[in-house]
Amino acid sequence: MTINEKQKDIIAEFSIYDDWMEKYEYIIELGKDLPEIAAEKKTKDRIIEGCQSQVWLDAEVKNGRMYFTADSDAIITKGIIGLLIRVMNDEKPEDIVKTDLFFIDEIGLKEHLSPTRSNGLLSMVKRIKLLALTSLAENKQ
Amino acid sequence: MENQTKRRFSVREVREDFPALRQLVYNKNLIYFDNGATSQKPQRVIDAIDRFYTKENANIHRGVHYLSQKATDHYEEARTFIANYLNAKHTHEIIFTKGTTDSINLVAFSFGELLSAGDEILISAMEHHSNIVPWQLLCERKKCVLKVVPINSKGELIMEEFDRLLSEKTKLVAITHISNTLGTINPVREIINKAHSKGARVLLDGAQSIQHLKIDVQELGCDFYAFSGHKVFGPTGIGVLYGKEAILEKMPPYQGGGDMIAKVTFEKTTYNELPLKFEAGTPHIAGGICLAEAFRYLDQFNIQDIENYEAELVNYAQDLLSTFEDIEPVGTARQKASVVSFNIEGIHPFDLGTLLDKQGIAVRTGHHCTQPLMDFFKIPGTVRASFAFYNTKEEIDYFIEAVQKSVQLLK
Repeated sequence: MTINEKQKDIIAEFSIYDDWMEKYEYIIELGKDLPEIAAEKKTKDRIIEGCQSQVWLDAEVKNGRMYFTADSDAIITKGIIGLLIRVMNDEKPEDIVKTDLFFIDEIGLKEHLSPTRSNGLLSMVKRIKLLALTSLAENKQ
Repeated sequence: MENQTKRRFSVREVREDFPALRQLVYNKNLIYFDNGATSQKPQRVIDAIDRFYTKENANIHRGVHYLSQKATDHYEEARTFIANYLNAKHTHEIIFTKGTTDSINLVAFSFGELLSAGDEILISAMEHHSNIVPWQLLCERKKCVLKVVPINSKGELIMEEFDRLLSEKTKLVAITHISNTLGTINPVREIINKAHSKGARVLLDGAQSIQHLKIDVQELGCDFYAFSGHKVFGPTGIGVLYGKEAILEKMPPYQGGGDMIAKVTFEKTTYNELPLKFEAGTPHIAGGICLAEAFRYLDQFNIQDIENYEAELVNYAQDLLSTFEDIEPVGTARQKASVVSFNIEGIHPFDLGTLLDKQGIAVRTGHHCTQPLMDFFKIPGTVRASFAFYNTKEEIDYFIEAVQKSVQLLK
C-alpha cells in the first residue's frame, strides 16, 4: 500500500464520525494502542519539545525502509502520532521526503499541525522528513 | 457617579451586552472561560470602534482641522476618564501603551536607566514571563541583581522571605496584583508599605486585577500600575502605564519619534512634557478612545457587585471540581480572584483542553506564560478556567459535565 493509499484509508475510517467527540474518542483509542517507546530511548536527542505537549521520536532504517516509534505525554498527540506513523512506516526514505500529508486536513485535525499549536507534531513531521533525507544522503555516499 | 445611580447587576442583562457570547462553536453554545487571556467586548465598545473609523478618524495633537481637533479631544478625554477611574492624582500620569507587557518594558528601560550596578529588583515566583524577562534584560544591561520571592504550595507569597529579601539595595519591587495562573490576590498594600519603608518603588502588574477589583492607585500607593485594555473589555493593542508624576518626570524617554518631542535640531532635541514624553509616534487613537468606553461601561456598575458575583462563580466551580476523584487544584490561596486552575491525575491538560474545546468550552491549557511557576509545582501545565462577570453557574454546570465526559474518554 502506498503512502497515499494509507492516507485515503484513514480518511475513509474517519468519515463515519460526524460528531467531534466520537472522532476524538477514536484518536484517544489509537493513542492508548500506540506501542510504547522504550524508556532508554526517551533521550534528549529524541525529544521534540512543544509548548503544550512533547514528543519522542526514534527512527530506524532496515533494508532501505524506515521504521518509527514515537511517544508523547499527551494522549491525543499520541493518537495523531499513531496515524502519522501508520502512514510513513515501512516506506522508502525518498517517498517519505515527498509526502504531502493531506489526510490531516481532510479528517479535520489541521489545527494540531499548525505552527501556532506547538504540541510538537509539526516538528515531529519535519524531523521524520529530515531523518529520511539524512538516510538518503548517507546512502548516496 | 454616585452609588445610587449605579446600574443594578444582573448577569442576564449583562450577557445581552456582549454579542460574542451569543454564538455556536462546533454546534454547541459557546462557553467562554478564557477571560484571563482576553475578555469579550460589550456592544458599546464595538460601536465606539465603528464610530471612530466611520466619522472621527484623524491624526491627533498636530492637525488644525476639525476632525483632528475632535479626535484629539476624544483621545485626551479618554485619558482623563481613565485617570479618574483609577483615581490618579493627575491625568498626565496615565501613559497610553500597547499593553501590560509594553508598560513593563517601558519602566524596565526608562526607570532602569536610573539604576546602577548592584541595585536589586525584587519579583515573585508567580510572575508572568512579561514581568520576568524585561527585568532580566535590565539586569544584564545595568548589572543589577534580580531576586525572587518564593511561594508556598498554596500559591501564596512567603512574606517572611519577602521581608528577608527586601533591603536598602532594593530599588524596585515588581509584582503581580493577581496571579494569572493561580488567581492568588497578593497582599499588595503590605508589600507597598514595606517597600516604601526601604525606599524601593513598586510596580503592580494589574493585567488580572483591573477587570475584577476596584483600583484606586492613590489609595494603593503603588508607584506604577500596568494593565492591558483587552482584558478589561476594551480593544487589543492598547494599555496603560500609570506612574507617579515625580518618578515619571525623572525618567528619560523610552522611544524617540513624533509626539514625544518639544523641539528637534540636529544638535539637541528637547522632549515633550508628560505624558507625551513617553508616547512616541502616532498612538492607537481608536484604542485609547474605546478603552475609555470600556471603562464607562464598567463604571455603570458597583465594582463590589462584580467582585462578589465573581467570587460566587469561583467558589461554585471549585466546590464542584473538588468532588472529582484525582483532582489536583493548582493555586489554593486564601485570597483568590476569578481563576480556577487544576489538573486531573493521569490526564494531560492539553488533552482535557482539546476535548473541552470540542464541547464548545474555551479554557486555557499549558503553562500560561509562567514556566518557572510550573517548574515549582513540577507540572507541565494546568487547565485554567477564568471567569468574567458575564459567566453563569449554568455554564459552570455544563463545564463540569463536559469535564466528566472528557475524563471518562481519557482515562
